Amino acid sequence: MTLDEILTSLFPAGHDVRNAGGVVYGSGSLRSGDRALVVGMADRTPLGVDDAIRLSACVLHSLAQDRGPILVVVDSDSQRMSKRDELLGLNEFLAHLGKCLIHADRNGRPTIGLLYGHSAAGAFLATALATRVLVGLPGATPAVMDLPSMSKVTKLPVEVLEEKARSTPVFAPGLENLAQTGAVHVIWDAGIPLADQLDALLAALPESDDRRDLLGKQRGGRPRAHEIAERVRGLVLQSR
Amino acid sequence: MEDLSLRRDARRPAGGARKMAIVGVVASGNLEVLAERVLPDHDCLVEIRTTATGFGDVWNAVVTDFVERYSPGGLRFSINDGGARPDTVSLRLAQAVRLMEGAQ
Amino acid sequence: MSATMQTAAAPGTATSWYEASARARVRLLLDPDSFVEFIGPEKREVSPHLKLFDLPEQFDDGIVVGQGRLGGSGVLIAAQEGRFMGGAFGEVHGAKLAGLLRAARDIGPIPVLILFDTGGVRLQEANAGELAIAEIMRALIEARSAGAKVIGLIGGRAGCYGGGGLIAGCCSALVVSEQGRIAVSGPEVIETNRGVEEFDSRDRALVWRTMGGKHRRLLGAAEAFVDDSVQAFREAALALLGEVGGFGLDTLRKEQARLQARLRDFGGCADAVDIWTAQGVTDAAAVPALPADQFIDLANQIRQVSHDAR
Repeated sequence: MTLDEILTSLFPAGHDVRNAGGVVYGSGSLRSGDRALVVGMADRTPLGVDDAIRLSACVLHSLAQDRGPILVVVDSDSQRMSKRDELLGLNEFLAHLGKCLIHADRNGRPTIGLLYGHSAAGAFLATALATRVLVGLPGATPAVMDLPSMSKVTKLPVEVLEEKARSTPVFAPGLENLAQTGAVHVIWDAGIPLADQLDALLAALPESDDRRDLLGKQRGGRPRAHEIAERVRGLVLQSR
Repeated sequence: MEDLSLRRDARRPAGGARKMAIVGVVASGNLEVLAERVLPDHDCLVEIRTTATGFGDVWNAVVTDFVERYSPGGLRFSINDGGARPDTVSLRLAQAVRLMEGAQ
Repeated sequence: MSATMQTAAAPGTATSWYEASARARVRLLLDPDSFVEFIGPEKREVSPHLKLFDLPEQFDDGIVVGQGRLGGSGVLIAAQEGRFMGGAFGEVHGAKLAGLLRAARDIGPIPVLILFDTGGVRLQEANAGELAIAEIMRALIEARSAGAKVIGLIGGRAGCYGGGGLIAGCCSALVVSEQGRIAVSGPEVIETNRGVEEFDSRDRALVWRTMGGKHRRLLGAAEAFVDDSVQAFREAALALLGEVGGFGLDTLRKEQARLQARLRDFGGCADAVDIWTAQGVTDAAAVPALPADQFIDLANQIRQVSHDAR
């Protein structure tokens, strides 16, 4: 589905979302009558300092005046890889965007990520992975790192990585692997109106506790994370 | 990867009262040694997980030498090895037993 | 920087931070004999994923977490071992830090010290590592929202790269040394993707001007620059704990303004020396060679750090 098709299907009553050079922002009417803020990326655009600062501005502006959920629609490359972006402190810009989304989610503005294209690495962390619930659309291609790049760094041939990826969802790209490890909560059906699926999700929104590690354990993708985190937390509490 | 488990008798128990010590880092050419005071006084166990396969004889020689020199009775040593040279292994084992004996 | 508290220096605190192991940093940073480790190496909670790649495990999975005292007050602490798998975040490694931060959220307000030494996500466990970082970011913000102060300390051989750089950007404040580097993409990754003309990863001076401790201090990407010693990191952490503010919408608004001003003022600069010159440094080219104490004086003249805009 193209971004336009997605937005139309999400907001049959209308929206004013625009795509300005790969940076997406606007709002759409929900069936309930509320408006949802929409921010995100399009056209597999890399997320650099100039893009991130605009997105965080949208979120902060909205926190001052709107109610309703925030949809983070994602089709990006990785973070923008350039001397300039790192020189200017890209880590802070990406962290700031993530913080705005996390803060919004914890203060009355539930955040829903909608992964409809690609995303990777730092861009993934600052957008899709900074939401309370991450939805995948069929055909989306999230990745931490693509296999050819992983092959260069690990010095293992791509075929070897592909072979190993058959036995575990823990490292290779893909919506299924991200679902099994607990990142993606649900994969929507492209054959059902997205507004219906969004309504259903909003009606049954998970609590804002981060339970992705528990999800990863239940689905078998991350066997240890939940228990280890809980043990450390418990040991600190016990020591009081 | 290869796993080795080497048991030895020690003439006398290791000194000190410390229960556990850890030395080293798992990296290329390096290793970590975890020492625990969990065995009977004259037993010694060295368990190794190593990336460098086929060096059983070398490990045996290093461990025999170590046990002879330091008599670390009662101690279990668990090693994660990243392909360290024998002298580095000997060094780490010595560091571990000295910590257990309270010398440092 | 405000006057530092005079605290009894533990033996060995002239130790180089860069050369020290994660364990040594923790032991020497905290008050003597105060450290209690959680899920230490004797628990053998190793990575479940490295075996598939015939890679060696480390019993603590490359991170030391626990609690202790700093200047007499209780703190939680986590230290990454940069020499094991490049200090990268794996499933167990990341979960130890996530659990620590969730505890800080629950018992707040207790300070948390994060001793970063990381190349980012551990590729062999990429999805688990990335998710751990996302969970850590969330837990960190929740802890800060509950009143906990989180100080990041950066000065090890792996630097603070990738997702580690994003976590650092979520901290209340950062301490960085000459050896420290903070970035999202590493020099080699930029060069591989964009060519050597964009970034020559073998030009160490370029790497340090762009990502290194001095530039981060002058840019305002880190609050304190220190000499490469455990004692210096300790004093800076103590000072910052007395100075940093809380976290909330106001903080985010101020950070938005701070970052927007940075883009406005320096977005057209080609190199760090251009930024430093624009900031009023008279001999920008001499900055990299300045010894720590002179650099600290210069930085304090050039840029007052705000403690409410991160």
